[in-house]
Amino acid sequence: MTTIAVPTITAPAPSGHRLRWTVADITTVTWRNLLAYTRIPEALFFSTLQPIMFVLLFRYVFGGAIPIPGGVPYVDYMMPGIFVQTVMFGAVSTSVGLAEDLQKGLIERFRALPMARSAVLAGRTTADAVRNIFVVIVMTGVAYAVGFRIGDGAAAYVLGALILLAFAYSMSWGFAAIGLAAPNSETAQVMAFPILMPLTFASTAFVPIQSMPGWLQGFVRHQPVSLVVDGARSLMVGGFYHSTSSVAYSLVWIAGLLVVLVPLGIWRYRKVN
Amino acid sequence: MSNNSSFAVEAHDLVKVFPRGNVRALDGVSLQVEEGTVLGLLGPNGAGKTTAVRILSTILSPDSGHASILGHDVVKEADTVRRIIGLAGQYAAVDENLTGRENIRMVGRLSHMSWKASRARATDLLESFGLTDAGDRVLKTYSGGMRRRLDLAAALVARPPVLFLDEPTTGLDPQSRQDLWAVIENLVAGGTTVLLTTQYLEEADRLARNIIVVDHGRVIAEGTPATLKADLGTSVVSITLSDNDAALRAARLVSSLSDNDPIVDHNTVELTVEDGPKVGADVLRTLDAAQVPIAGLALREPSLDDVFLSLTGHKSEAETETERSARMRKGGSRRRGADGEADANPDADGRDAA
Repeated sequence: MTTIAVPTITAPAPSGHRLRWTVADITTVTWRNLLAYTRIPEALFFSTLQPIMFVLLFRYVFGGAIPIPGGVPYVDYMMPGIFVQTVMFGAVSTSVGLAEDLQKGLIERFRALPMARSAVLAGRTTADAVRNIFVVIVMTGVAYAVGFRIGDGAAAYVLGALILLAFAYSMSWGFAAIGLAAPNSETAQVMAFPILMPLTFASTAFVPIQSMPGWLQGFVRHQPVSLVVDGARSLMVGGFYHSTSSVAYSLVWIAGLLVVLVPLGIWRYRKVN
Repeated sequence: MSNNSSFAVEAHDLVKVFPRGNVRALDGVSLQVEEGTVLGLLGPNGAGKTTAVRILSTILSPDSGHASILGHDVVKEADTVRRIIGLAGQYAAVDENLTGRENIRMVGRLSHMSWKASRARATDLLESFGLTDAGDRVLKTYSGGMRRRLDLAAALVARPPVLFLDEPTTGLDPQSRQDLWAVIENLVAGGTTVLLTTQYLEEADRLARNIIVVDHGRVIAEGTPATLKADLGTSVVSITLSDNDAALRAARLVSSLSDNDPIVDHNTVELTVEDGPKVGADVLRTLDAAQVPIAGLALREPSLDDVFLSLTGHKSEAETETERSARMRKGGSRRRGADGEADANPDADGRDAA
């Protein structure tokens, strides 16, 4: 251990362009989170494997027993559902990651740094969005391998994927709030499931709404996952499932969720002590 | 709160109550740290040390009272304060999944240094802390001592003139502790002001010019290490008895042999005294005369536990008789400065004090 560079009294740096530094802070935190993903290749591998298993499960096990209207192959019907399920379950990692940062004291360090307050959450949700882009690309390949075909052209498909990604991004702010409220990362995971399961499966993701009892249909018809899946299906599959109103409704839901969940996440972050 | 003051850190009457459990973590703490010196903040787990550091480093706001760092208010000018402080903690707040170099660069960037400057600084700091070889390894592979060094390195990225070290050596082996002490001494020699919390009297003794002892969110003693030690007894007489009843009885009998209250823990009684051998002999005589059979008698050097107990004993005039006997009956009020995992909870301060 040699001598340490001697610190001198530094005059506080001028705050400069606030916005520029906020963007830089978000970029740094995003970089850090993405780097951390690559350091646990096992987690990356298995979190990609899981949705592939779901594709195979619904394509070859359940699919044959689920009649769907419109004369479309079930594989086409289910793929947008698998996508939304994948990004929804993936959003749990936002909760778990933040709960871990909190538990390990990293957030304490961030709070004592002159960085933008919003960067911790924005960097986490942005990193998760980048990861979702990667997942959607991989899943598209898997979908093609099991017989899925794009209905209305590549541009519409990409737009559909963007709706899914935007929805996942809005949800991850909600899951961020959960992660910050959880006492530890294990609990964060468990806390997310009672929200995830009904939203994902009591939806039009895997089965048509007509097969459900009447009392459930009211919920299923209006809840965000159904509308986002319907919107994505309209663009990715098209044809019988083409529905401009579903696209519009899904955008309204995404905007609404952002308006509510972003401040909720930030409020939760401020409350953490 | 003027810039001309020679105090780098000033706190006046800080109060912080955690609503959960209604814990008064800080109950009117005032302190000053002279520029270029080390202040040692001593106290058992849950005394309020970490809460004080978190307020001074802008992580928490106080309920009342105020504090300033180099003349900048920690609440009103939090952003300015964050640019002139460094914080390293017992929780080793570093990212396990990044390498040492990446961790330092991240803190550099978040301290608003350029990429180039953060990169250069990372190389320098890794070298200064003997981590050059480990710099490109993921932190998971680091030992506890290496992790603390990196944590401290990360706190120094922006060359802060004021440094907060929250139990920097808790849980470290003696060699790593020595290494870290040398680093801290070096920094202070270069003009850095340090506020250090610790459970180790030895650590405060070696590094600090002034010491403040806190317990239950209050300052219970302050002074230089020399004056504080002069106030303490030099040895502890530990008497083991057959059971708690016998211990309570023995405590009453021997209480006149020491200025400090005897401390009862289950079936043992401990006395902090100046002259251990003499008091030991007196204890034997007293208990023998009263026909209280003893199972064991030992003399030992005072530990930090004894320091706190002795200090709270000094305050006992203010304590009511009921409180004191409740403390003696419970016996559980002995605080043990346990190392390691049990402390690894940022909330421990609040909860333990309950």
